[in-house]
Amino acid sequence: MKNGVAVTGMGIISALGNGVAANLEALSKGQDGITYPEILETIHTELPVGEIKITNSEFEHNLGLKGNHSLTRAAMLGIIAASEAIESSGLSEKELLTTGFISGSSVGGIDATEIHYLEYESSAENRQFIPAQHPGFTTNSISGYFKIQGYTTTVSTACSSAANAIMLGARLIRAGELDRVIVGGTDCLTKFTLNGFNSLKILSDQKCKPFDDSRNGLNLGEGAAYLVLEAEHLIGEKEVLGRVTGYGNANDAYHQTASSDTGKGAFMAMRDAIEIAGIPLENIDFINAHGTATRNNDLSESNAIKRIFQSKIPDFSSTKAFTGHTLAAAGALEAVFSLLSLQQDSIFPNLNFSKPMLETGLVPITEVKFRPISNVMSNSFGFGGNCTSLIFGRDE
Amino acid sequence: MSKNTYITGIAGISAQTEAAIFSGEPMSYHTNIFHSIAPDFKEYIPAMALRRMSKAIKMGLTAGKMALKDANMELPDAIITGTGEGCKQDTEKFLESILEQEEALLTPTSFIQSTHNTVGGQIALNLGCTGYNVTYCQESASLESALIDAMLLLTEKPDLNSVLVGGVDEVSNKITSFGYLTNFLKQQEINNLDLFTQKSEGTITSEGAFFFNLSPTRTEKPYAILKAVDNFKAFNSVEIVERINLFLSKNEIAHKGLDAVLIGKNGDLEQDLVYEELQKSAFSGTAQLAYKHLAGDFNTVCGFAVWLSCLIFKRQQIPEVLRINDISEIKLESILIYNLSSNNNHSLILLQKP
Repeated sequence: MKNGVAVTGMGIISALGNGVAANLEALSKGQDGITYPEILETIHTELPVGEIKITNSEFEHNLGLKGNHSLTRAAMLGIIAASEAIESSGLSEKELLTTGFISGSSVGGIDATEIHYLEYESSAENRQFIPAQHPGFTTNSISGYFKIQGYTTTVSTACSSAANAIMLGARLIRAGELDRVIVGGTDCLTKFTLNGFNSLKILSDQKCKPFDDSRNGLNLGEGAAYLVLEAEHLIGEKEVLGRVTGYGNANDAYHQTASSDTGKGAFMAMRDAIEIAGIPLENIDFINAHGTATRNNDLSESNAIKRIFQSKIPDFSSTKAFTGHTLAAAGALEAVFSLLSLQQDSIFPNLNFSKPMLETGLVPITEVKFRPISNVMSNSFGFGGNCTSLIFGRDE
Repeated sequence: MSKNTYITGIAGISAQTEAAIFSGEPMSYHTNIFHSIAPDFKEYIPAMALRRMSKAIKMGLTAGKMALKDANMELPDAIITGTGEGCKQDTEKFLESILEQEEALLTPTSFIQSTHNTVGGQIALNLGCTGYNVTYCQESASLESALIDAMLLLTEKPDLNSVLVGGVDEVSNKITSFGYLTNFLKQQEINNLDLFTQKSEGTITSEGAFFFNLSPTRTEKPYAILKAVDNFKAFNSVEIVERINLFLSKNEIAHKGLDAVLIGKNGDLEQDLVYEELQKSAFSGTAQLAYKHLAGDFNTVCGFAVWLSCLIFKRQQIPEVLRINDISEIKLESILIYNLSSNNNHSLILLQKP
């Protein structure tokens, strides 16, 4: 793709901190945000998570919310991240009226459902949260907060949701259907997902170790991140943070929750993204891998990367050990990290790695590495076989 | 968009059947929550697999395969799914286990199947389809989002021959019944066929799955041309009419060129006022049809309207049970589907006879 679609704003909140600057600082210092659950009420206090140490009432206070609002934690995280993105792109209220909004969400506002579910029938007090369970409601809460009235939709493809939201936004701009769109995703920690992944026995009881031979599962995380994408004629004097130059979406069609050994879907998504970007393989300077640190994902993804890049494997790392796996938001958080890599000419390290896995021998970048970076590939794979790969390029 | 998008295969699973609607003897229900009529799922899904599946998965996978079969298509190039509330039965099951068992001794099956993209993933898995695959969950515009993406995809990739697109939503025990608590559902149980004569708050609900095979290639007997889909926010009837006019003129259709309009009236006193204004203004000269008294109101029920429209084109006949005004159509070549939800969310789907 010649040029690609311009990113003119970005915002993020994660366990690393609130805002792009705080996230960059933690990434650059190699400081992870993995702790034990303190805000999420769960019996699983032994499971490390990427939790944002701000309570819902603190968020309510910061956002000036009063009375019977229906904003769940996921929606509030989304508002905070989108707010930073809007500000960094310098969008006015008037511009927001015609802006699109595409958000990824895996479980919507189920964080509120699981708190109030048993009392809905006996008490009318929190019934405004009943419809808030569904992903579209979360999206509409965020777009409604900013009075966004352009095309609004929600992608829910599990852990690749936000990556698909970014992909759709870029496609709609390229097709001339939209000229400005805010894209990304939000998911918060919930008992539902924590227990779900725990019942699948893919949560680690330690800080997760992506791509390590002894990796034993993922850490869940929470967060939200959004990008502002704009068509060429709207950029003007704005700083372009980077460009969405490639995207690929494929289905592994192997198993509802597990990836195929060969990473068929991942391979196809990466291959298609490179083809759309129209760049030779060797121009991929860095891969922000999905790298969840489950036995299954990291092997499958490694095999797919080897199949594409053969003997010339680009530098790669997974930032999941910093933030935990933020599910539907992961593709958006990592889009921000990829754009930071482009801007800083730096690769953020794959923490907690000590020994390459026997099957592949691949070694990720384990210390902050400075090198010229023009193209970053970012992978997001999810349940249901949904695989998406994005490519971000330097603005040139 | 210069090339046509044809609907070459259809499938609809709902509380009605094609025979019931077109014979003038629609199915009648006496509760505000009613279930879909199950086809023989075993024809499409192995019995072993069926046992573990919720209704949404069964309906979605079956409807997807039926639509492909109808189109004579084995393997689509892409699968795009819309679901407003996803796999509620499994979500509810897992959630209740967490709460009852206080987070202990949980089994993963219902969690695995609770993910909103389960149906889209299961269709891909069943067919071995590795192509483009996305699921949209945008409340009552979920199927519209899927259709919008499908049309974009067919424009971007002219070599694609088949995009399977559909919508699915299921009834679950608790979460659906919460509709009584939020006044989404009428407090008094009614007969579905009386929906438009009961003047009260709320509506009735059900479930279904509606899948369509879209192709840029004209088959021998395509059902319809999917001309355009729009989803927008508007806050008063002047704005709504403006947007509808803009949509129609962009698609080179004059109001009088519209043969029928299928509107999403759902019996809710307040929401239906908006429809009634449009019935008197924008749609006053057109044959007006309604369908939610047959299928109930749920997030992806506009799939029922698309499915019905395809059958109307094919049979060149409008079932009397759909009519809500006395204007007869002169021909049956273009149908507009208009739906309103959440007070300000509007969607338009324009279909033409091929």
